[in-house]
Amino acid sequence: MSEGISQPDQPHVIEGEGKDLFSKFDDIIALREGLLSQGQEDPFNLVMEKVLSPTRAICNGRETILLGTYNYMGMTFDPDVVEAGKQALADFGSGTTGSRVLNGTYQGHKEVEQALMDFYDMDHAMVFSTGYQANLGIISTIAGKGDYVVLDIDSHASIWDGCKMGDAEIVPFKHNDIEAMEKRLRRIPEGAGKLVVLEGVYSMLGDIAPLKEMVAVAKKYGAMVLVDEAHSMGFIGENGRGVVETAGVIDDVDFIIGTFSKSVGTVGGFCVSNHPKFEIMRLVCRPYVFTASLPPSVVATACTSIRKLMHGSNKRAHLWENSRTLHKGLKDLGFQLGTEEPQSAIIAVIMPDLEKGAAMWEALIKGGLYVNLARPPATPANMTLLRCSLCAEHSEKEVGQILEIFEEAGKAVGII
Amino acid sequence: MDRAEVDAKIRELAEPFNKKGIAIKEETTFANDLEFDSLTVMDFVAAIEDEFDIIISMNQQAEIETYGQLVDTVHKLQAD
Repeated sequence: MSEGISQPDQPHVIEGEGKDLFSKFDDIIALREGLLSQGQEDPFNLVMEKVLSPTRAICNGRETILLGTYNYMGMTFDPDVVEAGKQALADFGSGTTGSRVLNGTYQGHKEVEQALMDFYDMDHAMVFSTGYQANLGIISTIAGKGDYVVLDIDSHASIWDGCKMGDAEIVPFKHNDIEAMEKRLRRIPEGAGKLVVLEGVYSMLGDIAPLKEMVAVAKKYGAMVLVDEAHSMGFIGENGRGVVETAGVIDDVDFIIGTFSKSVGTVGGFCVSNHPKFEIMRLVCRPYVFTASLPPSVVATACTSIRKLMHGSNKRAHLWENSRTLHKGLKDLGFQLGTEEPQSAIIAVIMPDLEKGAAMWEALIKGGLYVNLARPPATPANMTLLRCSLCAEHSEKEVGQILEIFEEAGKAVGII
Repeated sequence: MDRAEVDAKIRELAEPFNKKGIAIKEETTFANDLEFDSLTVMDFVAAIEDEFDIIISMNQQAEIETYGQLVDTVHKLQAD
């Protein structure tokens, strides 16, 4: 009972009105309740009570190794990064309270854009408030009514939402299938604007795209190419510029989309480009214009982190070592993995079904290990996955512990 | 190709996806009657696109609910 409030605590139920706008969520409510009623900890309601380092936190009262945070380069507690944020907070205040095109561009926003231009060696960089908005904004703005977007069926939600918002004709092709992509490009009516959207690393299975071939095909048909490199920045490619760099096609892609919320270790999104007219995006891209800019502390931490990532080759090497060790260890234990060889810092463990996956997730969290439980419809082929993302700050010993926790949980749940 | 020929060809292409062997009529729906999920839709659409050398964009797919509507759309697209 709440005293002093002139309404009953329980909502007033109108007779005969069981259905409302929320009825469409009944299936997912039932699925969720079904899982939770088996006494399981809720995989989508985890609270980190204390964060001890890029690889450790206190979750539900237990000290937990973090293996599902995308904090690839472990920059979140880097002393220089933290100090830059504190300084900006003191000098520029807690927030900008405005759009980039009005009162929301501070010195720090220009500095982080310069850091991105230096990092990617590109002419233009535009920073958004989130990575989601970067895809949403760029795709919806450049591909409008009558244009065609050709994209991989396993693209991230932000790419799909950008397509929908832009009103272009959307033409998906089978995941990483070069021939399927080419067929679709070939059939597009002559004269129509074409954008091909690809990702360097696909985050569900941790597999990479055959960008060398795909970008060549896209160019052959006169399409512009946008590549999302969210899951590669800082550790794939000689300068950490992503799969586009490894594949040798960075000069052929028109736009690279990235994020500050993974390797960079804070929040925000960006697009870099060499297109001579790119700067006009700042005036016509609605998800850039109609939202407040990032707080000064965030752009200061991002700027410091990006500049440090340029010289991160030792950390990079250790991250790859971790990825290889974990991949081999899990494979040797008998788990089914998303890729035959480790292709990125994401290792996806394929679960037989959602129930086993949820049970496994719970056994891991109780054993002191956090991974992401990924389930349909966010996953390809309706798979249930336990997605592990490694960090350059995971020690060799921690990777060993991770494998022990996996072995114990896998045996308890009956997967291995 | 006239509508009847397009219909016959699509029926043939639909067969491997129609796992329960449901009788397909003009008003049969893909989502409810045939229970096609998004992956099945993708493969089925790709098979049709390759057969007729056309594109059925997702925007166009969103307008198609029944088998008859699909045949109409493909018939129109392949004639263009």
